[in-house]
Amino acid sequence: MPDTDPALRRLVDQVKSAGTHAETLDIRGGNTKAFYGEKQQGAILDTTGLRGISVYEPTELVITARCGTPLAELEATLAERGQYLPFEPPHFAPGGGTVGGMVAAGLSGPSRAAVGSVRDFVLGATLLNGRGDVLSFGGQVMKNVAGYDVSRLLAGSMGALGVILEVSLKVLPMASASATVRFQIDEATALQRLNEWAGKPLPINASAWWSDTLVVRLRGAFAAVNAAIDALGGDLIEADLGPPFWQGLRDHTDEFFAHAGKAVDGGATLWRLSVPSTTPPLKLHGETLVEWGGAQRWLVSAQAAAQVREAVKLAGGHATIFLGKDKSAGVFAPLAPALMRIHRNLKKSFDPAGVFNPGRLYTGL
Amino acid sequence: MNAPLRNDSATPVTDRVQRRTQVVAELSAVLPKHALLWHTEDTIPYECDGLTAYRQQPLVVALPETEAQVAAVLRTCHRLDVPVVPRGAGTGLSGGALPHRRGVTLSLAKFNKILSLDPHARTARVQCGVRNLAISEAAAPHRLYYAPDPSSQIACTIGGNVAENSGGVHCLKYGLTLHNVLRVKGFLADGEAVDIGSESLDAPGLDLLTVLVGSEGMLAVVTEVTVKLIPMPQEARCIMASFNDIRHAGDAVANVIAAGIIPAGLEMMDKPMTAAVESYVHAGYDLDAAAILLCESDGTPEEVDEEIARMVDVLRSSGANGIQVSENEAQRLKFWSGRKNAFPASGRISPDYMCMDSTIPRKRLADILIAIAQMEKKYGLRCVNVFHAGDGNLHPLILYDANDADQLRRCEQFGADILETSVALGGTVTGEHGVGVEKLMSMCVQFSANEREQMLGVKHAFDPKELLNPGKVIPTLARCAEGGKMHVHRGLLPFADIPRF
Repeated sequence: MPDTDPALRRLVDQVKSAGTHAETLDIRGGNTKAFYGEKQQGAILDTTGLRGISVYEPTELVITARCGTPLAELEATLAERGQYLPFEPPHFAPGGGTVGGMVAAGLSGPSRAAVGSVRDFVLGATLLNGRGDVLSFGGQVMKNVAGYDVSRLLAGSMGALGVILEVSLKVLPMASASATVRFQIDEATALQRLNEWAGKPLPINASAWWSDTLVVRLRGAFAAVNAAIDALGGDLIEADLGPPFWQGLRDHTDEFFAHAGKAVDGGATLWRLSVPSTTPPLKLHGETLVEWGGAQRWLVSAQAAAQVREAVKLAGGHATIFLGKDKSAGVFAPLAPALMRIHRNLKKSFDPAGVFNPGRLYTGL
Repeated sequence: MNAPLRNDSATPVTDRVQRRTQVVAELSAVLPKHALLWHTEDTIPYECDGLTAYRQQPLVVALPETEAQVAAVLRTCHRLDVPVVPRGAGTGLSGGALPHRRGVTLSLAKFNKILSLDPHARTARVQCGVRNLAISEAAAPHRLYYAPDPSSQIACTIGGNVAENSGGVHCLKYGLTLHNVLRVKGFLADGEAVDIGSESLDAPGLDLLTVLVGSEGMLAVVTEVTVKLIPMPQEARCIMASFNDIRHAGDAVANVIAAGIIPAGLEMMDKPMTAAVESYVHAGYDLDAAAILLCESDGTPEEVDEEIARMVDVLRSSGANGIQVSENEAQRLKFWSGRKNAFPASGRISPDYMCMDSTIPRKRLADILIAIAQMEKKYGLRCVNVFHAGDGNLHPLILYDANDADQLRRCEQFGADILETSVALGGTVTGEHGVGVEKLMSMCVQFSANEREQMLGVKHAFDPKELLNPGKVIPTLARCAEGGKMHVHRGLLPFADIPRF
């Protein structure tokens, strides 16, 4: 019986004990995203003991895995059957990273604008709340509107609501064809083109622009990819160079992010700017890399946080301190009072004693 | 906690009249005279939604015309502790907009404007009362459309779609309402404005859209929605395949997916349903087939040719004994006409029907059909079946005569049996129509007391006084105990001791 699983038992006991003794817990999987979010606080609650793929049925397009399952293991299992996680979650350490951490952080990779985010692929989850209750929401089916969709609320929740014990994800078959094309154009032109193309039935799956170079990945049926190569123009990148480039972009190991890491060591901040895709080039100092058809922009900058946040807010977006030494401005953009009140109420309901990841998302949560 | 739905009908009539007088007086201060209805003859049209088996006269109907009026109505009701039931087009199939006897029905019908449509950004900002199909019609000149297409799309509103997280026949490939909505503006129960989501692809903090979409009007009153528009495929073609064994049809669905194909639509009808629709639309369906599958491909002409050829191969090798591929748009629409008219066609062969909406894992399609056939005998009622086979969402239509009280009772038991069987097969009680009042008891089967309690916690986080659409979706502990329904344990799935694949 699952309730007697010793790894689950240990987690439940630790949570109940923390609640009783007014202690706080720092939920940890692979600890590959320690840099992300506000400071980690509390005794470590190690989720890696609760691991393994519970069910995988390729014809149902659903995989269910326990929180401590290494992401690499999950992806290898899918690959054996020609399937994958279409939202391309990043791996910030080789082999590291767990399924629970992937959902809790809610980060998606280069294909996000085309296919959706982590939350779009969550079908169900089992949660351990602050009372030590094991609760299941959603399910293993594509369509499910029974009650509030708490399972998707967990994507990007940074552990604020509880421990994600198990999650069911929609998966898709890998596309039969893929190609990468390159253009030498400036940022404004790239943004214009990306938005025009996105309004046409083209199999554009990912894009990246930096230092006057735009690269676009096409994915789909052979016929569709071939037709799009002709329609877009641009230089076709050699087939063996495309995948490592996109992998590097996804995992933040490519040149731009390597440089960003050094700049952060020197005191700069790596910002993740989420803006409407049609936003013209932002007049901010620093190096920019544009992804998601214009909707995600990485900025390495030493500019004051308040100026960055203000410019992005004016554009209708929000700015996150993705990596930086100085997080005094708050990692995540501040919320409107009404929304902050809902956040506090939710926290109080899921985690009344404030056991889980205190302050990791916002102070007071 | 939410009160059992009908027990407040015990409220003395004079008390209700007094309350109405007070609410009308207070709301008159914030609404023009014509925006307030309370005489019985005026409020009768609001007594039910698309689920006509449940009816209730609202205390008052408010029809605000501006957002300021919506906020004022909410503030007033909040102060007076009066429940508010938001209402769109009233096409919902689970009683989500069923009025509250002591509450105000807040009709959002006047909010019917498309505020802006940006073809470059591929978004449309619309008021909540804009019809689903009107968005796609407005986007069509730009070769764009709004993807979710519930069968009521000609009448249902985007606000209602947000409330129900509506689907349609193209969900597997294009997602549900949640996947196609960027931002929602509206008001909390106390009248405070909220702005959730953004015109970028994400927003800071918890992703509140995930719970707001599909919350059946219980968390906030939505007045404005920004939706994603996507490019129209250049071409769509449809395969109509007939099977003489329902199991082969079920296997064919799994085999199509296993072949790495995500069809734009994949629908199934059983033999009695096929007979009912054929006599209605004359689409040329194979009347001897045990099941008919409609399988659609969309994309560039080259892509569609490639995919249709692969689909035909899979369907043939799965045992299809008749295959037709649409050769033009008119023929494609003809193939679909029967499926799209399944509900009215059922209305022609029976005085009444009750439409169920559970979802099961695709591989259990044949199992549930066989179980339903046995239930037909057990309850002495006929049932015809249509499925969104691609995503496992079933719409069994139980045929009955509402004038016969015993038939209605048997029909309700039949429906509950289908839902419980679906949960036992690993599915859910509602795929797209919502819980409303209709499936409250079935929620006791699907969720444990703690799970329901946690959902109520979500409700309270948005609406601490429980004034927005109270009594819907989440049954109380007492209500589940009263109904004697047992929770079917789901929870953390055990490691499969059966083979993994």
